[in-house]
Amino acid sequence: MLFDFTVDKSTNTVFVKREFDADQSSVWDAFTKQDILDQWWAPKPWTSKTRHMDFEPGGRRVYAMCGPAGEEFWSVQEYTAISPIENFKQISLFADKDENVNKDMPGSEWNLDFSEADGVTTVSISIKHKTLATLEQMLKMGFKEGFTMTLNYLDQLLTNLKK
Amino acid sequence: MRRDIYQAIADPTRRVLLALLTLGAMTPDAIAGHFGSVRQGVSKYLQMLADCGAVDQAQRGREIYYHLNLDKKNEPDHWLEQFRKIWESRFNQLDEVLLTIKKISYEKQFVIRLYSRQINQHRICKTRI
Repeated sequence: MLFDFTVDKSTNTVFVKREFDADQSSVWDAFTKQDILDQWWAPKPWTSKTRHMDFEPGGRRVYAMCGPAGEEFWSVQEYTAISPIENFKQISLFADKDENVNKDMPGSEWNLDFSEADGVTTVSISIKHKTLATLEQMLKMGFKEGFTMTLNYLDQLLTNLKK
Repeated sequence: MRRDIYQAIADPTRRVLLALLTLGAMTPDAIAGHFGSVRQGVSKYLQMLADCGAVDQAQRGREIYYHLNLDKKNEPDHWLEQFRKIWESRFNQLDEVLLTIKKISYEKQFVIRLYSRQINQHRICKTRI
Protein backbone atom coordinates (compact mmCIF):
# COMPACT_ATOMS: atom_id res chain seq x y z
CA MET A 1 0.00 0.00 0.00
CA LEU A 2 1.26 3.44 -0.91
CA PHE A 3 2.75 5.60 1.80
CA ASP A 4 3.92 9.07 1.01
CA PHE A 5 5.39 11.56 3.42
CA THR A 6 6.67 14.89 2.14
CA VAL A 7 7.40 18.22 3.71
CA ASP A 8 7.23 21.56 2.00
CA LYS A 9 9.50 23.66 4.13
CA SER A 10 8.59 26.88 2.32
CA THR A 11 4.98 26.56 3.49
CA ASN A 12 5.69 24.61 6.70
CA THR A 13 3.34 21.93 5.51
CA VAL A 14 3.53 18.20 5.94
CA PHE A 15 1.77 15.98 3.42
CA VAL A 16 0.90 12.43 4.33
CA LYS A 17 -0.78 10.09 1.89
CA ARG A 18 -1.65 6.47 2.54
CA GLU A 19 -3.74 3.75 0.92
CA PHE A 20 -5.81 1.32 2.94
CA ASP A 21 -7.21 -2.01 1.90
CA ALA A 22 -10.70 -1.13 3.10
CA ASP A 23 -13.78 0.72 1.91
CA GLN A 24 -14.02 4.46 2.35
CA SER A 25 -16.76 4.32 4.95
CA SER A 26 -14.67 2.08 7.28
CA VAL A 27 -11.63 4.31 6.93
CA TRP A 28 -13.77 7.38 7.56
CA ASP A 29 -15.11 5.76 10.73
CA ALA A 30 -11.59 4.94 11.85
CA PHE A 31 -10.69 8.62 11.67
CA THR A 32 -13.89 10.02 13.09
CA LYS A 33 -15.10 7.64 15.81
CA GLN A 34 -13.31 7.91 19.10
CA ASP A 35 -13.34 4.25 20.10
CA ILE A 36 -11.70 3.27 16.80
CA LEU A 37 -9.39 6.26 16.73
CA ASP A 38 -7.96 5.41 20.13
CA GLN A 39 -6.99 1.97 18.89
CA TRP A 40 -4.45 3.24 16.39
CA TRP A 41 -3.75 6.96 16.81
CA ALA A 42 -0.81 6.57 19.17
CA PRO A 43 2.19 4.59 17.98
CA LYS A 44 2.95 1.80 20.47
CA PRO A 45 3.95 1.80 23.29
CA TRP A 46 2.08 5.08 23.52
CA THR A 47 -1.68 5.00 23.83
CA SER A 48 -4.30 7.49 22.82
CA LYS A 49 -7.01 8.35 25.33
CA THR A 50 -9.94 10.44 24.13
CA ARG A 51 -11.78 12.16 26.95
CA HIS A 52 -14.56 13.36 24.73
CA MET A 53 -15.16 13.81 21.07
CA ASP A 54 -17.90 15.78 19.44
CA PHE A 55 -17.46 15.17 15.74
CA GLU A 56 -19.37 18.03 14.16
CA PRO A 57 -18.36 21.46 12.83
CA GLY A 58 -17.40 23.55 15.83
CA GLY A 59 -17.03 20.44 17.97
CA ARG A 60 -13.79 19.17 19.45
CA ARG A 61 -11.89 16.11 20.46
CA VAL A 62 -9.92 16.29 23.68
CA TYR A 63 -7.37 13.54 23.99
CA ALA A 64 -4.06 12.60 25.52
CA MET A 65 -1.08 10.74 24.24
CA CYS A 66 -0.10 8.52 27.15
CA GLY A 67 3.44 7.30 27.50
CA PRO A 68 4.69 4.07 29.02
CA ALA A 69 6.04 5.95 32.06
CA GLY A 70 2.70 7.63 32.76
CA GLU A 71 3.35 10.76 30.70
CA GLU A 72 0.27 12.50 29.36
CA PHE A 73 0.31 15.09 26.61
CA TRP A 74 -3.07 16.65 26.05
CA SER A 75 -4.27 18.04 22.75
CA VAL A 76 -7.45 19.53 21.44
CA GLN A 77 -8.65 19.10 17.89
CA GLU A 78 -11.31 21.54 16.76
CA TYR A 79 -13.38 20.50 13.77
CA THR A 80 -13.89 23.39 11.40
CA ALA A 81 -15.58 21.66 8.46
CA ILE A 82 -16.98 18.18 7.81
CA SER A 83 -18.24 16.66 4.55
CA PRO A 84 -18.91 12.96 5.22
CA ILE A 85 -17.28 10.73 4.06
CA GLU A 86 -14.93 12.76 1.89
CA ASN A 87 -13.28 15.51 3.85
CA PHE A 88 -12.85 17.11 7.22
CA LYS A 89 -10.72 19.94 8.51
CA GLN A 90 -9.47 20.55 11.99
CA ILE A 91 -7.21 22.77 14.00
CA SER A 92 -4.92 20.91 16.33
CA LEU A 93 -3.83 22.65 19.53
CA PHE A 94 -1.80 21.73 22.57
CA ALA A 95 -3.54 21.91 25.90
CA ASP A 96 -3.16 20.97 29.52
CA LYS A 97 -5.19 18.27 31.19
CA ASP A 98 -7.91 20.79 32.03
CA GLU A 99 -8.31 21.57 28.35
CA ASN A 100 -6.72 25.00 28.58
CA VAL A 101 -5.22 25.55 25.17
CA ASN A 102 -1.56 26.51 25.12
CA LYS A 103 -1.64 29.99 23.62
CA ASP A 104 2.12 30.21 23.21
CA MET A 105 2.05 27.49 20.66
CA PRO A 106 0.16 28.15 17.47
CA GLY A 107 -2.15 25.42 16.28
CA SER A 108 -1.74 23.47 13.08
CA GLU A 109 -4.35 23.34 10.33
CA TRP A 110 -5.27 19.91 9.07
CA ASN A 111 -7.07 18.94 5.92
CA LEU A 112 -8.04 15.30 5.41
CA ASP A 113 -9.32 13.94 2.09
CA PHE A 114 -10.77 10.45 1.62
CA SER A 115 -11.37 8.73 -1.71
CA GLU A 116 -11.93 5.16 -2.85
CA ALA A 117 -11.04 3.27 -6.01
CA ASP A 118 -11.38 -0.49 -6.50
CA GLY A 119 -11.92 -1.13 -2.83
CA VAL A 120 -8.79 0.76 -1.84
CA THR A 121 -9.20 3.97 0.12
CA THR A 122 -6.68 6.77 -0.11
CA VAL A 123 -6.31 9.26 2.69
CA SER A 124 -4.46 12.50 1.93
CA ILE A 125 -3.60 14.68 4.86
CA SER A 126 -1.99 18.08 4.86
CA ILE A 127 -0.85 19.65 8.10
CA LYS A 128 0.06 23.29 7.93
CA HIS A 129 2.12 24.71 10.76
CA LYS A 130 2.79 28.34 11.54
CA THR A 131 6.50 27.63 11.57
CA LEU A 132 8.61 24.54 11.21
CA ALA A 133 9.56 25.02 14.84
CA THR A 134 5.99 24.25 15.89
CA LEU A 135 6.20 21.10 13.86
CA GLU A 136 9.27 20.15 15.77
CA GLN A 137 7.46 20.94 19.00
CA MET A 138 4.56 18.82 17.97
CA LEU A 139 6.85 15.90 17.40
CA LYS A 140 8.43 16.29 20.77
CA MET A 141 5.30 17.06 22.75
CA GLY A 142 3.88 13.71 21.98
CA PHE A 143 6.88 11.53 22.00
CA LYS A 144 9.85 12.98 23.77
CA GLU A 145 10.52 13.69 27.38
CA GLY A 146 11.26 17.03 28.95
CA PHE A 147 9.81 19.03 26.16
CA THR A 148 9.09 22.58 27.29
CA MET A 149 12.37 23.22 29.03
CA THR A 150 14.18 21.41 26.32
CA LEU A 151 12.72 23.52 23.59
CA ASN A 152 13.24 26.81 25.34
CA TYR A 153 16.71 25.66 26.03
CA LEU A 154 17.37 24.65 22.47
CA ASP A 155 16.07 27.96 21.16
CA GLN A 156 18.33 29.77 23.55
CA LEU A 157 21.23 27.57 22.59
CA LEU A 158 20.77 28.20 18.92
CA THR A 159 20.38 31.94 19.48
CA ASN A 160 23.60 31.98 21.46
CA LEU A 161 25.37 30.19 18.71
CA LYS A 162 24.27 32.63 16.08
CA LYS A 163 25.85 35.52 18.01
CA MET B 1 19.85 2.10 20.89
CA ARG B 2 20.56 5.00 18.63
CA ARG B 3 21.18 8.26 20.45
CA ASP B 4 20.13 11.65 19.20
CA ILE B 5 20.14 15.31 20.09
CA TYR B 6 16.79 15.00 21.88
CA GLN B 7 18.22 12.51 24.31
CA ALA B 8 21.16 14.82 24.85
CA ILE B 9 18.87 17.61 26.00
CA ALA B 10 16.41 15.44 27.88
CA ASP B 11 18.48 15.51 31.07
CA PRO B 12 18.87 18.71 33.17
CA THR B 13 22.56 18.11 33.92
CA ARG B 14 23.35 17.56 30.29
CA ARG B 15 21.48 20.73 29.41
CA VAL B 16 23.55 22.74 31.85
CA LEU B 17 26.66 21.17 30.42
CA LEU B 18 25.66 22.09 26.90
CA ALA B 19 24.86 25.62 28.02
CA LEU B 20 28.32 25.84 29.48
CA LEU B 21 29.86 24.72 26.23
CA THR B 22 28.11 27.50 24.35
CA LEU B 23 30.74 29.70 25.97
CA GLY B 24 33.44 27.86 24.09
CA ALA B 25 35.42 24.63 23.92
CA MET B 26 36.53 23.30 27.31
CA THR B 27 38.55 20.52 28.83
CA PRO B 28 36.84 18.07 31.18
CA ASP B 29 38.79 19.61 34.06
CA ALA B 30 37.56 23.10 33.27
CA ILE B 31 33.99 21.83 32.99
CA ALA B 32 34.32 19.97 36.28
CA GLY B 33 35.61 23.20 37.84
CA HIS B 34 32.42 25.01 36.83
CA PHE B 35 30.34 22.23 38.32
CA GLY B 36 32.34 22.00 41.51
CA SER B 37 32.85 18.40 40.51
CA VAL B 38 35.70 16.14 39.53
CA ARG B 39 36.75 15.14 36.07
CA GLN B 40 35.33 11.63 36.43
CA GLY B 41 31.99 13.11 37.40
CA VAL B 42 31.54 15.02 34.19
CA SER B 43 33.11 12.37 31.96
CA LYS B 44 30.04 10.18 31.81
CA TYR B 45 27.88 13.16 30.87
CA LEU B 46 30.34 14.19 28.18
CA GLN B 47 30.43 10.66 26.86
CA MET B 48 26.66 10.57 26.60
CA LEU B 49 26.65 13.95 24.84
CA ALA B 50 29.29 12.69 22.44
CA ASP B 51 27.23 9.54 21.77
CA CYS B 52 24.28 11.75 20.99
CA GLY B 53 26.35 13.74 18.57
CA ALA B 54 25.83 16.91 20.59
CA VAL B 55 29.50 17.45 21.35
CA ASP B 56 32.78 16.65 19.62
CA GLN B 57 36.26 16.15 21.01
CA ALA B 58 39.44 17.70 19.74
CA GLN B 59 42.92 16.94 20.94
CA ARG B 60 45.06 20.01 21.55
CA GLY B 61 48.45 19.14 22.90
CA ARG B 62 47.89 16.92 25.89
CA GLU B 63 44.39 18.15 26.52
CA ILE B 64 41.10 17.04 25.08
CA TYR B 65 38.69 19.85 24.41
CA TYR B 66 34.97 19.35 24.14
CA HIS B 67 32.98 21.65 21.95
CA LEU B 68 29.41 21.81 20.81
CA ASN B 69 28.68 20.06 17.60
CA LEU B 70 26.19 22.38 16.12
CA ASP B 71 26.37 21.45 12.57
CA LYS B 72 22.70 20.90 12.95
CA LYS B 73 21.84 21.76 9.40
CA ASN B 74 20.58 18.26 8.88
CA GLU B 75 18.76 18.12 12.15
CA PRO B 76 15.37 19.18 10.77
CA ASP B 77 15.53 16.28 8.33
CA HIS B 78 16.34 14.05 11.23
CA TRP B 79 13.26 15.00 13.20
CA LEU B 80 11.14 14.99 10.09
CA GLU B 81 12.25 11.43 9.65
CA GLN B 82 10.97 10.68 13.13
CA PHE B 83 7.71 12.35 12.28
CA ARG B 84 7.45 10.19 9.18
CA LYS B 85 8.02 7.10 11.30
CA ILE B 86 5.26 8.06 13.69
CA TRP B 87 2.82 8.30 10.80
CA GLU B 88 4.07 5.05 9.38
CA SER B 89 3.56 3.07 12.56
CA ARG B 90 0.26 4.81 13.22
CA PHE B 91 -1.00 3.70 9.82
CA ASN B 92 0.30 0.17 10.22
CA GLN B 93 -1.80 -0.02 13.35
CA LEU B 94 -4.76 1.31 11.43
CA ASP B 95 -4.31 -1.52 8.90
CA GLU B 96 -4.75 -3.99 11.75
CA VAL B 97 -7.81 -2.18 13.07
CA LEU B 98 -9.41 -2.12 9.62
CA LEU B 99 -8.74 -5.82 9.22
CA THR B 100 -10.53 -6.50 12.48
CA ILE B 101 -13.46 -4.33 11.44
CA LYS B 102 -13.68 -6.26 8.17
CA LYS B 103 -13.69 -9.58 9.98
CA ILE B 104 -16.37 -8.44 12.39
CA SER B 105 -18.56 -7.19 9.57
CA TYR B 106 -18.14 -10.47 7.67
CA GLU B 107 -19.13 -12.40 10.75
CA LYS B 108 -22.13 -10.15 11.26
CA GLN B 109 -23.23 -10.61 7.67
CA PHE B 110 -22.80 -14.34 8.01
CA VAL B 111 -24.97 -14.42 11.11
CA ILE B 112 -27.58 -12.20 9.45
CA ARG B 113 -27.64 -14.40 6.35
CA LEU B 114 -27.96 -17.51 8.45
CA TYR B 115 -30.73 -15.97 10.46
CA SER B 116 -32.69 -14.71 7.46
CA ARG B 117 -32.39 -18.11 5.82
CA GLN B 118 -33.89 -19.70 8.90
CA ILE B 119 -36.71 -17.17 8.89
CA ASN B 120 -37.34 -17.82 5.19
CA GLN B 121 -37.41 -21.55 5.78
CA HIS B 122 -39.77 -20.99 8.62
CA ARG B 123 -42.02 -18.94 6.31
CA ILE B 124 -41.87 -21.57 3.62
CA CYS B 125 -42.84 -24.23 6.14
CA LYS B 126 -45.73 -22.09 7.34
CA THR B 127 -46.96 -21.48 3.80
CA ARG B 128 -46.88 -25.19 3.10
CA ILE B 129 -48.96 -25.86 6.18
